[in-house]
Amino acid sequence: MTAGATSDSSNIAIRADNVCRHYAMGESLIRAVDGISIEVPAGEFVALLGTSGSGKSSLLNLIAGLDRPTSGAVIVEGKDLARLSRENLAQHRLHTVGMVFQSFNLIPSMTVIENVELPLRFAEVERGRRDALAREALDKVGLSKRLNHRPSELSGGEQQRTSLARALINRPKLLLADEPTGNLDSRTGTEIMNLIRQFNESLGMTIVMVTHEKALAGQYAERLISLADGKLVDDQPNVATVSTTSSTGGRA
Amino acid sequence: MKAYDLAELAVRNLRESVLRNSLTTIGISVGVASLVAMLSLGIGLQQMATRRLVKSGLFDTVLVTSRRDLRNFNRGDDQGEGLDPAQSPALDEPSRKKIEQLPNVVEASPDLRFITSFTYDDKPHLTMVAGIPPSYRTNDAFEGMQGSFFSADDAPEVILQKSFAADLRGKTAKPGSDEVPVTELAKPLLGKEMTMRYAEQVDGSSAGGSSEDKSKDPANAGTSYSIVSHELKLKIVGVTDLDPDSMRGPVRARVLLPLKLLQSLHVVQPTALRDTTQATSKVPTYATVSVRVKDPAKIQAVEDSIKKMGFNTFSMLDATRSLRRFFTILDLFLGIFGSLALAVASIGIVNTLVMAILERRREIGIMKAIGGSDGDVQKLFFVEAGVMGAFGGAVGVALGWTIGRIINAGTNVYLRRQDLSPEQIWFVPWWLVIGAIVFAIIVSLISGVYPATRASRLDPVQALRYE
Repeated sequence: MTAGATSDSSNIAIRADNVCRHYAMGESLIRAVDGISIEVPAGEFVALLGTSGSGKSSLLNLIAGLDRPTSGAVIVEGKDLARLSRENLAQHRLHTVGMVFQSFNLIPSMTVIENVELPLRFAEVERGRRDALAREALDKVGLSKRLNHRPSELSGGEQQRTSLARALINRPKLLLADEPTGNLDSRTGTEIMNLIRQFNESLGMTIVMVTHEKALAGQYAERLISLADGKLVDDQPNVATVSTTSSTGGRA
Repeated sequence: MKAYDLAELAVRNLRESVLRNSLTTIGISVGVASLVAMLSLGIGLQQMATRRLVKSGLFDTVLVTSRRDLRNFNRGDDQGEGLDPAQSPALDEPSRKKIEQLPNVVEASPDLRFITSFTYDDKPHLTMVAGIPPSYRTNDAFEGMQGSFFSADDAPEVILQKSFAADLRGKTAKPGSDEVPVTELAKPLLGKEMTMRYAEQVDGSSAGGSSEDKSKDPANAGTSYSIVSHELKLKIVGVTDLDPDSMRGPVRARVLLPLKLLQSLHVVQPTALRDTTQATSKVPTYATVSVRVKDPAKIQAVEDSIKKMGFNTFSMLDATRSLRRFFTILDLFLGIFGSLALAVASIGIVNTLVMAILERRREIGIMKAIGGSDGDVQKLFFVEAGVMGAFGGAVGVALGWTIGRIINAGTNVYLRRQDLSPEQIWFVPWWLVIGAIVFAIIVSLISGVYPATRASRLDPVQALRYE
């Protein structure tokens, strides 16, 4: 926990309070997340760093409401996710967070625009409005021309743009990205990261990005949180980016 | 998710694995088809039986007799309602007209029959003659008749029962021996003439024979009537293939004449003598009137209103009731057998959807990750099952309809080979079409409960990890 970041901001987007997530795998107990406490103010760009199996993805899933903690509390936008019903957790995933994944996770049988507007179907948005919103979101990620292609006909970068548009469609406050550039070459990866930073700056979205690439995190995130064996090992502001982003003055 | 979106996504998902879902849908179709074929056969058979009964005139006919007719006097307990036979109304022409005007009555025709002698080929033959109304043209007693029905309502023509035709030709079948086919019997007779002797009742007080009454008020001055013997030449137009001993109500005579012709002859009726001792008006009186009812189901109502008029009635209502019960049970059994195939098909739906869950694990995980609730996923699988049921039901009804047609056509080929007229033994009413499709959807939805619930319970983290 960084003292400087929490004390002056009443607007906390994410607060994890001694959160644990333990799995029983056969005879042994896996402590994927083991007593982590963090606070992320609204609008911050946080990178979760760690090696494979460090628990960074598990923590992200807890914030996303895809999983429930074994103990402790995860409070996102004022709601304790551990206490939400399954239905309310789905509402949380639908409206409060947007997710992008390393493997894009687009539905292969649907076209680009259908994939993007799928969350709107769950939100029961009218057809006409759905189409307009999907086009707008695709326009924001620079993918307004391949609306009726299927994911398999797109490049990795285009797929990740589609997935970003889908994550944005319900205008969530948080964007959770799990190794978003992991399947992309460095040039496309940079494009995607620039888009994410743009959302952070222009839309004021809180970003939590899981990555194992320290260099990437150092280039974009304001704050670097390192995990190992489910425990927090390091949490500090990224001096390099804080100075650059504060000069642009994107957020409160 | 909205219903329309659910349906659209469901159809899209079904199209993704077209072969497997088609096979499952075909399974449902076969189940529905067997159900529809079985039930339509049961319904068709029931309709055929009802049709034949209606045609036979046994089940849509009420026989009306006067309570003055002392033959029924002992039945007065349940029908007489305290009326003295002498005070009950006469079954005469005005009463007949009144009965004919009752609701649901098609016609009320007097039952005219008497025994008389015919001369054919200079040989006399004594037999029972009856008059039949024109509506009997469609009675199944005349099915398989050689020749034709009467050319007019009062044509001097005659239709013979097969056994009388055999008598005329001196070919009376001996018990146990093979019957002579009606075609062979009829050929030399059709178009020939025979002479009927009959006794005309002539009003004694009137000058000519033009009087219409055959009975008179004994209190009246001219109470007498005379009987004049006549002969009438009749052309043989038809020979029926009917067993004369069968219970064909009004057709129960060996020689049949047009009713109007018979009425115009004023033949002395067996009741005439008795009527002379009773008070009657100067109008024709009948021993029996056959009342035909529009629909066998209306018999009871018609019977009741005729009884209220003060007559005795008789019908075979109970027979149709037990027939209906028999067919309800038959339909039930046919339905159960038909449903067996659908039960097997429903297992196919469960199997297909469980397979789909395994295949679409990741997709379910994605849907949940981007905000789909348990309910959304459950409904989606549910609707997929329902859509398969709807398609399968529709195709199945068409298939069952086709099977029914084929069975019907095959049966008719067989019937024709046996020299029998074709029959519609299969019928698909609209409620069966809709009912079968709805039933298929319901069965599919029930089959979808388990897979849909299982899909909705899928852990998204696990599902997304799954490659």
